[in-house]
Amino acid sequence: MVKKTIHEINARIRDGSVNVVTAEEMVNIVGELGPEGASREVDVVTTGTFGAMCSSGVWFNFGHSEPPIKMQKVWMNDVEAYTGVAAVDAYMGATQLSESQGMDYGGAHVIEDLLRGKSVDVHAISHGTDCYPRKVLDTSLSLDDMNQAIMINPRNAYQKYNAATNSSKQTIHTYMGSLLPRLGNVTYSGAGVLSPLSNDPEYLTIGTGTRIFLGGAQGYIVGQGTQHASAGMFGTLMVQGDLKKMSPDYIRAANFTGYGTSLYVGMGIPIPVLDERIAQATAVRDADITTSILDYSVPSRDRPVLRKVTYEELRSGHVELEGREVATSSLSSFKRARAIASELRDWISRGDFFVSMPVERLPGNTSSHAMKETEGVSFVSDIMSVSVVTIEKDASVYKAAKIIMETAFNHLPVVSKDNVLVGIVTAWDISKAVSQNKFDLVEDIMTRKVITARGDEQVAVVARRLDQHGVSALPVVNGGNHVVGIITSDDISKLFARRH
Amino acid sequence: MKIKINISSETVVKPIIAESILETGVLLNVSQAHFDRSHGEIVADVMEEHYEKMYKALSSRGARVTRLDSPIEWNEEECVECSACISVCPTRVFSLEEDYSLKVDKAKCIQCGTCVEMCPQRALTLINNK
Repeated sequence: MVKKTIHEINARIRDGSVNVVTAEEMVNIVGELGPEGASREVDVVTTGTFGAMCSSGVWFNFGHSEPPIKMQKVWMNDVEAYTGVAAVDAYMGATQLSESQGMDYGGAHVIEDLLRGKSVDVHAISHGTDCYPRKVLDTSLSLDDMNQAIMINPRNAYQKYNAATNSSKQTIHTYMGSLLPRLGNVTYSGAGVLSPLSNDPEYLTIGTGTRIFLGGAQGYIVGQGTQHASAGMFGTLMVQGDLKKMSPDYIRAANFTGYGTSLYVGMGIPIPVLDERIAQATAVRDADITTSILDYSVPSRDRPVLRKVTYEELRSGHVELEGREVATSSLSSFKRARAIASELRDWISRGDFFVSMPVERLPGNTSSHAMKETEGVSFVSDIMSVSVVTIEKDASVYKAAKIIMETAFNHLPVVSKDNVLVGIVTAWDISKAVSQNKFDLVEDIMTRKVITARGDEQVAVVARRLDQHGVSALPVVNGGNHVVGIITSDDISKLFARRH
Repeated sequence: MKIKINISSETVVKPIIAESILETGVLLNVSQAHFDRSHGEIVADVMEEHYEKMYKALSSRGARVTRLDSPIEWNEEECVECSACISVCPTRVFSLEEDYSLKVDKAKCIQCGTCVEMCPQRALTLINNK
């Protein structure tokens, strides 16, 4: 039975006799020596991860201006930072977007620009008070000009994360990257064998106060991260570090097309090997860590799980999904995760970094629940028109025009003889046909690729579909593709008009 | 060599590709085609020595022809080697080496631009895509 203390390990770091290995190297050591032998041999195991962590940001203290201002709103390079605290403190979140550049530039880019030594334009406004008379402020500040720039990331280093795919017919753009139609690819995140929390799943050494590698500098774990769900092995960490000491090698802004900005954060956590139980935990392999492939085409909190998968399978470059081989790719860099684990190992070996025990353990057995919603959720079937007028595909354009005039419906779903939806004609299609002197059949002028809705879908989901496709109405269909109603942008605006 | 053929809404209904192939006797190998209401876009392979002939035939029928002679550009400084590009590339331009460095085989690139959208670092660009 091996028992070591943090003080013994730190004494070895001080006198240069410490034995540090990365979590990747530890797999073989435990394989050869067993957990007891390995815990005798190895003092510290280092982990590393480098992935997009949206829940990241920096607290800035700008210093006081003359005359002073109580910043009520502040923008850095046109990206708004959160103020609602004391006069000249603000929190820049990684995913906040520029008001002029939109998704091309965000909080993450402000952070990276500062880290690269660039100055950012700071603009602030205030109502003015007796103690803080100034109402407007414009200046340009670099990282050196700030009193503090403290990175505080509310949710980082997920123990593991879901993999993503898309079963729909269109490419979708998500925070998991572009997902190609018809299960065209699978993306995933996380460092597997090197993942910090996967190497200490019982949180024996990782907790409040643990000293870590954050963005190339020493940082600390504040405590459990938001949404920490330890019961399902989805633990998270809240971490803090000094941005002024970090490096752009390990803190990088990212853009996910159609989603927005995020921040790549490099983090490494040392795990002191105090006994064989910890040694055994750090021997975790990619094959031991499982996650689920979710279908991100379902715009719901509860996305369908297509299958369970191990990180070993994900890392192999392809997985089998519904009988097909589907290409996988990582969104986090294993090469950098490795570099972080190695750099942290070198810091400790050189005596530049000492390990610590947490002052408080992270909570085990917690779960993250869904939002309680007190406002009723509206479904398409609640607000759609059921008195929908359809037209048969072999009717004349003249007849369609007449129906539109008589019923004041601008959209006519086109159906076959057995009432199955085959197209849609709008007042605009008819105007176009008339202007071209075409008075043939509805079939010739209709749009065949109809965007539809189902009655059990939420209005919020369907509203986005209208917006994405630039249309103003969707036929509502049942499982047999029979038209049961129609929902228009008018119906949706009426719903909101009632609410506000 | 690869060419991109853009066809406007007026000519999208005419068989200009077929006509050009018949007129010149030059074969086109279509690798991508995209059509919607407003325009059509085709990427095809044509032999270098036949390019001029094909260019004239297509242009005279109202198509805009661009040579795709610059494959994907990879900015190694920006790249963090996350490897997101790997799973979206139809021709496996991207792969990881033994040490997890990204390897880019430009010769395989058909310039579809899917990876450009996928890259979170904006480290991939396609000149012909602009």
